Amino acid sequence: MSSAIVILLTGVLVAVACALLGAFLILRRMAMMVDAISHAILPGLVAGYFLAQGPDLLAGFAGAVLAAVLTVSLVEALQNTGRVGGESAIGIVFPAMFALGTFVVSKYFANVHLDADAILYGNIEFAAFDLLYINGVSLGPQSLWMMSGLCLMNLLFVGLLYKELKLATFDPGLAAALGFSPALIHYALMTVVSITTVGAFTAVGAILVVALFVVPAATAYLLTDRLPVMILLAVALGALSAVCGYAVAIVLDASVAGSIASTTGVLFGLAFLFAPQHGLVARARRLQRQRLEFAVQTLLVHLLNHEQSAEQQAESAYSHLSGELRWHPPFARRVTDAAKRATLLQQHGDMLNLTEAGRAEAEAARATDLQR
Amino acid sequence: MSNVSIDHPVVIHDLTVAYRDKPVLWDIELSIPPGKLVAIIGPNGAGKSTLIKAVLGLVPTVAGTVSLFGGSYRERRQMIGYVPQRSSVDWDFPTHALDVVMMGTYGQLGWFKRPGKAQRELALRCLEQVGMADFANRQISQLSGGQQQRVFLARALAQDAQLYFMDEPFVGVDAVTERAIVNLLRDLRARGKTVVCVHHDLDSAPEYFDWLVLLNVRLIAAGPFETTFTSENLRKTYGGTMGAAIKHIEHFEEDRLAISVQADTKRPNGH
Ligand SMILES: Nc1ncnc2c1ncn2[C@@H]1O[C@H](COP(=O)(O)OP(=O)(O)OP(=O)(O)O)[C@@H](O)[C@H]1O
Ligand SMILES: [Mg+2]
Repeated sequence: MSSAIVILLTGVLVAVACALLGAFLILRRMAMMVDAISHAILPGLVAGYFLAQGPDLLAGFAGAVLAAVLTVSLVEALQNTGRVGGESAIGIVFPAMFALGTFVVSKYFANVHLDADAILYGNIEFAAFDLLYINGVSLGPQSLWMMSGLCLMNLLFVGLLYKELKLATFDPGLAAALGFSPALIHYALMTVVSITTVGAFTAVGAILVVALFVVPAATAYLLTDRLPVMILLAVALGALSAVCGYAVAIVLDASVAGSIASTTGVLFGLAFLFAPQHGLVARARRLQRQRLEFAVQTLLVHLLNHEQSAEQQAESAYSHLSGELRWHPPFARRVTDAAKRATLLQQHGDMLNLTEAGRAEAEAARATDLQR
Repeated sequence: MSNVSIDHPVVIHDLTVAYRDKPVLWDIELSIPPGKLVAIIGPNGAGKSTLIKAVLGLVPTVAGTVSLFGGSYRERRQMIGYVPQRSSVDWDFPTHALDVVMMGTYGQLGWFKRPGKAQRELALRCLEQVGMADFANRQISQLSGGQQQRVFLARALAQDAQLYFMDEPFVGVDAVTERAIVNLLRDLRARGKTVVCVHHDLDSAPEYFDWLVLLNVRLIAAGPFETTFTSENLRKTYGGTMGAAIKHIEHFEEDRLAISVQADTKRPNGH
C-alpha cells in the first residue's frame, strides 16, 4: 500500500471513529471534557512507560485510559462539591494532570523518546512506516489496524446503546427512573471516548483528536433537527474533512493533522453562515421576510382604516406612504410591490386600493391586533 | 402495617433526605391509598420534588424506607410512571414529539432492545389521548410550553403504569391545556390508577384532586381534602419554618383567609 493511501485511510478512520461519538458529546455539552481527557493522558502514558520499564504499547494504552477515566471521576467529584461548577472543575483537573505528566517526563525521562510535540500534534505522516508484526509476520501498518478497531468499537457502542445514550442525554431523570443508570452510561461513554482518544492521538495528536470529536458534530447540529441524521452527518463531515484536509496538506506541503483540523473548522464556518435553518444568512433572511410581511399588514390595515373616509384620497396615495407610515421611499416601494405581487392591492395612478383578498387579510390582521 | 402496604401504592416510613448537612425532608411518615388523585402542596424549597425523587430512588436517602405496592422501587419499576418538571430537560435536543413519547416504552424494552412498530403505535395512541397527534413529527423545540407538557404526559401514558408521579404538570399551561390535563388525570383515576402531583395553585387544588399532602420539610398533614385542606394546616405549611420570611408570612396570612373561605365553599364539590 502506498504511503499516501495509508495516511488518507488513517485520517478518514480516525475522523469516523471520533465523529461517531461526537453528537452525544455535543448534546451533553462535554466538548471541554474531551479536551481535558486528551491532555490528561500524558501522565498515564508516563506511568505505563514506567511500569513496563520502557515503551510498551499495551502498558501505555492501559495507563492512558486509566488516567483519562481518573480525570473524568475527579471532575465529577469536584463538581459534586457544588463549589466548583462545570467548566471550572475541568479547568482545574486537566492542567494539573498534564503538568504532572510534563513534570515527570522532564525529571525522570529526559533522555527518553516521549516528546510532547508528538503527543500534541501526532505524526500521521509516518503512519505507513509503523508496521504491525505478529510472530514476525508483517500485517501492514499498525495505525490502520488501530483506527479500524476504534471505528468498530464505536460503531458497536453507538449501535447497541443508541436508545440508552439518547435517553440518558435527553432526560437523565427518566433514564434513572426507568432503570438505565445515567452514571453507568456516562462512564461507559467516557471510557469509550478515552480509548478512542488514546488510540487516535498517536496518529493525529491531542489537539486534532478534540477537533474531530467536537467540530463535525457541532457542524451537523447546525444542519439537522434529528439525532440519527446528526450522527450520520457528523461521520460524513469528519471523513470529508480528512480527505480535503489531506489534499490541502499535500498541495501546500503543510502538516496533515493541522490541515485536517482546519478543514473541520472551515466546514463549521460554512454551516454557521449558510445552514438552511440555523445559519446566519437564513436567519437574517427570515427576519427580513418577517419585517416585510409585517409591513405589508400594516399597509393593508392603514388602507382599510381610511377606506370610504373623507381623507381617503390623501391617505391612500402612494406618494404619501413614506410620510404617513414613516417609511423610507425605497422600503415603501418594496412593501407596495410585495403586496401587489400577492394581489392584495392594486395601484391606479397614485391611488392604492385594497383587493378583495387584501381587505380580508387586513380585517383578519386588525381582529388579531384588537385581541392583543 | 404490612397488610396495608400491599394494596397501598405508596407507603413511606421515617424518610429523611439531606443534600448537605441540613435535611430537606425530615422524618416523613406517609401512606397513600389507591385510586386517588393526590396533590403535594408546600412552599418553594419545601422538598416536594425531592420527595418524589427520593421515592423513585433518584436521590440518596439518609434514613427510612419507601414501599411501592409492597415492594421496593426496583421491584416495582414497571408499575411506576414519572413526569419530571418540564424545565428539567433541554428542549433543543434534536428529536421529535413522537420519539420523546416512545421513550416511555424504554423501561419495558430493557437494555439493548430497539423500539419497534408496536412501541411506535402505542406512542401515537398516547399522543392522540393528549390531543397532540398532529404534532407527532414536530421538532420538540418548536412546541409551545403547553404542548411540551402534553408530550411529557403522553410519554407517561406510554409507560402504562399503575402509579404516576408528576412534578408540577400544570406549570405554564393555558386554560385549555389545563382542562385537558385534568381530564386525563380523571381518566387515569377511572382506570384505577393513582396519580401523585406536585401542585402550586391552592385555588384549583380542591377541585382537581381528592387527596392532599401538605409538606414543608416535615409532613404537615395528609388525608382527604375535606379534612386536610384547613386554614390551620395551611398556616403550618407556609408559616413555621420560614423564619426569615416574616413579611411573606403576613402576606400569606391574608391569602390564607381568602383561601380558607374558598376551601369552605368548594368543599361540597370535592370527591
Ligand atoms: N441537587 C441539590 N443539591 C443540593 N440541594 C438541593 C438540590 N436539590 C434541591 N436542593 C435543596 O433542597 C430543598 C428542597 O428542594 P426541592 O427541589 O425538593 O423543593 P420543591 O419543594 O420542589 O421546590 P419548588 O416549589 O421550588 O419546586 C431546597 O432547599 C433546595 O435548595
Ligand atoms: Mg420542585
